[in-house]
Amino acid sequence: MTVVTEGVLESRIVAAVKQFGAHGYTVTDARGEGSRGKRSADWEHSRNIRLETICEDEVARAIAQHLRETYYENFAMIIFLSEVEVSRPEKF
Amino acid sequence: METLLNPVILFFVLGVLAGGLRSDLRLPEALYDTLSIYLLVAIGLKGGVELAQTTDPGELVLPAIAAVLIGVTIPPVAYAILRRLGRFERPDAAAIAAHYGSVSVVTFAVAIAYLDRLAVPYEGFVTTLLVIMEVPGIAVGILIARLGARKGSLQIGPLMHELFLGKSIFLLVGGLVVGYVVGPARIGPVEPLFFDLFHGALAFFLLEMGIVTAHRLGDLRRVGTFLVAFGTIMPLFLGMAGAALGALAGLSLGGATILATLSASASYIAATAAMRVTVPEANPTLYLTASLGITFPFNIIIGIPIYFWMASLFL
Repeated sequence: MTVVTEGVLESRIVAAVKQFGAHGYTVTDARGEGSRGKRSADWEHSRNIRLETICEDEVARAIAQHLRETYYENFAMIIFLSEVEVSRPEKF
Repeated sequence: METLLNPVILFFVLGVLAGGLRSDLRLPEALYDTLSIYLLVAIGLKGGVELAQTTDPGELVLPAIAAVLIGVTIPPVAYAILRRLGRFERPDAAAIAAHYGSVSVVTFAVAIAYLDRLAVPYEGFVTTLLVIMEVPGIAVGILIARLGARKGSLQIGPLMHELFLGKSIFLLVGGLVVGYVVGPARIGPVEPLFFDLFHGALAFFLLEMGIVTAHRLGDLRRVGTFLVAFGTIMPLFLGMAGAALGALAGLSLGGATILATLSASASYIAATAAMRVTVPEANPTLYLTASLGITFPFNIIIGIPIYFWMASLFL
């Protein structure tokens, strides 16, 4: 599952991801442009993050639903889910 | 003219030009972060050392009360003006009001640099006033925004954590304490880095601020003439109030100039982050353009000399 959103939300999204039972996540800085204009990351408030987490399908859907309900209305946020094949299934 | 021939201001203008002319100049993010941390520590440290030299701590009481009073009064006044005259939506008006209630550390630093150049003395505790004024305005702004909010519970815990343990307050207070404890006698070894290089680092930082400001200038047309007028007239009005209260609280000419500048300045770091998460329905373009695109350049180029003049009227 991948979430691209505003940097200010990082701590809150990480908390949600853990709360719903994902075991780990990866955050990277991101730049881009979309319906809410250009997010150039040229300064603190326009920083974007891309958070990825590998988890069970239902966990991902629960996280996605929570994020949708909480943040979609007022924040720049893109969520997408994709199938992945992991080499060490016991880790997740 | 003399104010314009200040390297710090000219670097800002240079940054605005670079941004406006779409030069590929862009400071690395890590440098921006480093410079902002440096400036916060340096301002705190300098304030701490000066605080240690203040003979009577009682002198701080009246100015501190004035500072808090200004911080909590600005948001409701600004909110009323934005709602009644500007016809802004409640969340937008509240978010902009919170920005003007809080203060801009960089504007403060430019005011200090301005007074240093004129060799006008100011009280050793002015940095303490800066710290005092950071949070109340934001808190009152959040309160106003939440009063009529339709739904949702506000998580106070994480918000307080971000406000009080955020980078700017933490480093300012940390520097203040270190400077105070160490005192002027033992500050020697770090003096070249934190005091002597301060103006140069500030100039460098303002180059970056100029670029960021230039990117906001494009939004000026979108926010409307009312906000442009608000962003320039409101600081003058607040500066006058700050100068008057400063004089009443017994501050010197320099100190009253600083208090006037703090009153007139608008936050664009602490308040912006707090508003984005507590009042998410407010449009960030409005409050960022007002505080960073209009009031910030207005204050550092034209405002500070005017506040100095205003303070001289009362003293």
